[in-house]
Amino acid sequence: MDRRTALRKGRSGEIAARRLKFLLTADKTGFPPETLAMIRNDIYRVVSRYVDVDFGQMELHLGRPKSAPDGPDICPALCAVIPVRSFRLKGTF
Amino acid sequence: MSEVIVVTSGKGGVGKTTTSANIGTGLAMLGKRTVMIDTDIGLRNLDVVMGLENRIVYNLVDVVEGNCRMKQALIRDKRYPNLYLLPSAQTRDKSAVNPEQMRKLTEDLQDDFDYILLDCPAGIEQGFRNAVAGADRALVVTTPEVSAIRDADRIIGLLEHGQMKSIHLIVNRVRYDMVRRGDMMSVDDVMDILAVPLIGAIPDDEAIVISTNQGEPLAGTDTPSGQAYLDICRRLLGEEIPLTLPNVSFGLFGRLTSFLKRA
Repeated sequence: MDRRTALRKGRSGEIAARRLKFLLTADKTGFPPETLAMIRNDIYRVVSRYVDVDFGQMELHLGRPKSAPDGPDICPALCAVIPVRSFRLKGTF
Repeated sequence: MSEVIVVTSGKGGVGKTTTSANIGTGLAMLGKRTVMIDTDIGLRNLDVVMGLENRIVYNLVDVVEGNCRMKQALIRDKRYPNLYLLPSAQTRDKSAVNPEQMRKLTEDLQDDFDYILLDCPAGIEQGFRNAVAGADRALVVTTPEVSAIRDADRIIGLLEHGQMKSIHLIVNRVRYDMVRRGDMMSVDDVMDILAVPLIGAIPDDEAIVISTNQGEPLAGTDTPSGQAYLDICRRLLGEEIPLTLPNVSFGLFGRLTSFLKRA
């Protein structure tokens, strides 16, 4: 990978805050990161049966999402971002 | 009634000793009888940041072990009439003192001082437990970096578990230019993540390096960090000083000068 594109300038503060929120939740709950990797693999396997998923860009993290932008945190949640390359159904139902 | 304050962080290198030196100096400037105690046994540094390294005769371990009286070990800072330093020992380690002895040491100082400021070593082991043992309140220093914040969170958890009565956050080395362009967590981000009330934010300032080089604390001087440290001292005394963060109160003039600097 091009190391220059890896540096997402202008957004790194936001990335740091998001990573930290996940990390601290993981530290406190004792949720093992390797379990997260296993869940990520399984989600990929299931979803990619239907649509073309970009595994490299998939994100799965433990966080405390807010109910509204300024609202209180809701309970810890698994948050997934699953980028889809193509929505053309694969037809393996 | 005196107050015992511990300056702690978890991670090393975030500015605990610099913060201790400047808050100690600031409190003395505001007329409070202040003693700073370097509790980092084996890695003594507060003396050199204060520029008092050539005046050490006895140290904290000597006092605890009864090799000298407290008065013999305290170094009076001639620049500020109310300021004293109890230096750490350089040739011993953290196990030379236990939390009970530290509690007694701070109690012995309470009659003579308004503020007893403890500079805590990095880490969460015995040195940390010694430093927090006798403290009424804690100032947790962090920088806006993932590693420092993660460690600060751990320290805050330990302080809360140990029933620390009051915990406040100091965000050190903030680069407001980077915050504005989105490449550094803002003070608000750090507060949001750590969920501890803020007592001050110190801008990243070259003047700090110069001041440390010279062994002259800069609290109260006409520098961005010198003013920020003095504001923290005033807030410790109970004054209501609004937090004027450069990224909030950044007017047209500031924007113009930063534009010119970039060009």
